[in-house]
Amino acid sequence: MLLLNNTNSLTHWIHTKLINSFGSTGAFTGEFILSGIAIILLVVIMAIIMIYMERKIAALMQLRLGPMRVGLWGSLQPFADVIKLLLKECLTPASADKFLFSLAPFIVLVVSFLALAPISFTPGLQLWNPNIGILYITSVSSIGVIGILMAGWSSNNKYSLLGAMRSGAQIVSYELSAGLSLLTIIVMCGTLSTQEIIQSQSNGWWIFKGHIPAVIAFFIFAIASTAELNRAPFDLAEAEQELTAGFHTEYSGMQFAMFFLSEYTNMFIVSMVGTTVFLGGWMPLHIGGFDSFNHVMDFIPPILWFFGKVFISIFVIIWFRWTFPRMRIDQLLKLEWKYLLPISIVNLIIAAFVSIMGWYL
Amino acid sequence: MNSAFRYIKSIIWAFKSLASGMRLTGSYFIRPRKILTEQYPENRENLYIPERFKGEVTLPHDENNEHKCNGCTLCELACPNGSIKIFTLIQETTDGKKLKRLDKWIYNLGSCTFCNLCIETCPSEAIKMSNSFEHSVYNSNNLIKTLNKPGSKLKEK
Repeated sequence: MLLLNNTNSLTHWIHTKLINSFGSTGAFTGEFILSGIAIILLVVIMAIIMIYMERKIAALMQLRLGPMRVGLWGSLQPFADVIKLLLKECLTPASADKFLFSLAPFIVLVVSFLALAPISFTPGLQLWNPNIGILYITSVSSIGVIGILMAGWSSNNKYSLLGAMRSGAQIVSYELSAGLSLLTIIVMCGTLSTQEIIQSQSNGWWIFKGHIPAVIAFFIFAIASTAELNRAPFDLAEAEQELTAGFHTEYSGMQFAMFFLSEYTNMFIVSMVGTTVFLGGWMPLHIGGFDSFNHVMDFIPPILWFFGKVFISIFVIIWFRWTFPRMRIDQLLKLEWKYLLPISIVNLIIAAFVSIMGWYL
Repeated sequence: MNSAFRYIKSIIWAFKSLASGMRLTGSYFIRPRKILTEQYPENRENLYIPERFKGEVTLPHDENNEHKCNGCTLCELACPNGSIKIFTLIQETTDGKKLKRLDKWIYNLGSCTFCNLCIETCPSEAIKMSNSFEHSVYNSNNLIKTLNKPGSKLKEK
């Protein structure tokens, strides 16, 4: 628990330093700014890692090599891409609604950042611990659809608008089953706070403890969250043949990069929520009866557990993208309304029954 | 009841087929030996180009600087975009016979589409496609080549 103490003492040390030098109000402001910078850094670093990871994994799955020229094994390629996007002109179409057009990427990005607030990275490293953490994440992340619709509408381009409509329909319908699958676990552990959900998994992750309802909920969450991310196989908003690039067709330069960044941030958030709720957050893997094994697992710091699980989830989402063929819009809505939603409602009832009877561990 | 059974069966079938797809891509992911990409300028030494790759038209000469082209210009007629120009001359032998012989075999690599029609029409199998492919030059005039070597002559049967 070396790192745990370190993070706790680090935040405590910063807090006391700021209180001593600026007083309580100054310390509050300073901590706001510091945590904001920390979150932006985290998101940018994660996005760069994820872009490189995605390109390499995609290449390996398609028997290619991927980026190889810039840096060792193409490791500087994401930085080169970022520099290119920073230097490009942000073009606004002449007949676009200029205010909404420039506002939309900010809304999409801010929403992605907002959803990061209640995530508990390690014990003692959390921006904000509300007692409604999961509810907050699900409700805030659904504001993102406003940004997408705004981008599509203000571009004054029929393809952008159609793409935005599609991705709006997709996000709104898949939010239901994503929320219901999270509810399955919340029914079992009886709390919405992310920290308490993780602490309730100290004797086993929910995917193991919750038996069949939790496993079904995990699968539904994986499908529905991939659909919410607008990624393949659910990337109908970005159909090159019919809609060019969907809602961000007219965006270029840094405005496009913000949509791109928010897409990857959303992937990160979805993986973190899935990790927190189903895979035990920063809790180590314990197998009942293997005491020495459990002891070894305890030595791995919680932050490594957390990010390891997050990266495995991200890998699975990338794996989905580069394996499955795309769906048509009718198949997409059929999957949600005919399969996922009824199954998750029935699953929620079963989970409620299981938790009343106390059948989980 | 039957439709409910079909509903459940379709879900199981869907998961099965998705899992088989993921197994294939996953197996590619853990086997980097299967990668098909060539790192071109780095692997120039041991680059493998298939024998039948259509790189450019060549007029093979043997060790006596003799080729098989008798200047019939069938390849020039077959060429769909005029990349081939054949110039012939009349040679007079010692016993007064007049023979048509190849003077210049002009080949424009820049406009050649590598359709292989000239090779197929050639009655004496004089021209061949070679598998060389590094043709880039700084001046497009360098792509217009004379295939018969200076001083070469027809291989008499």
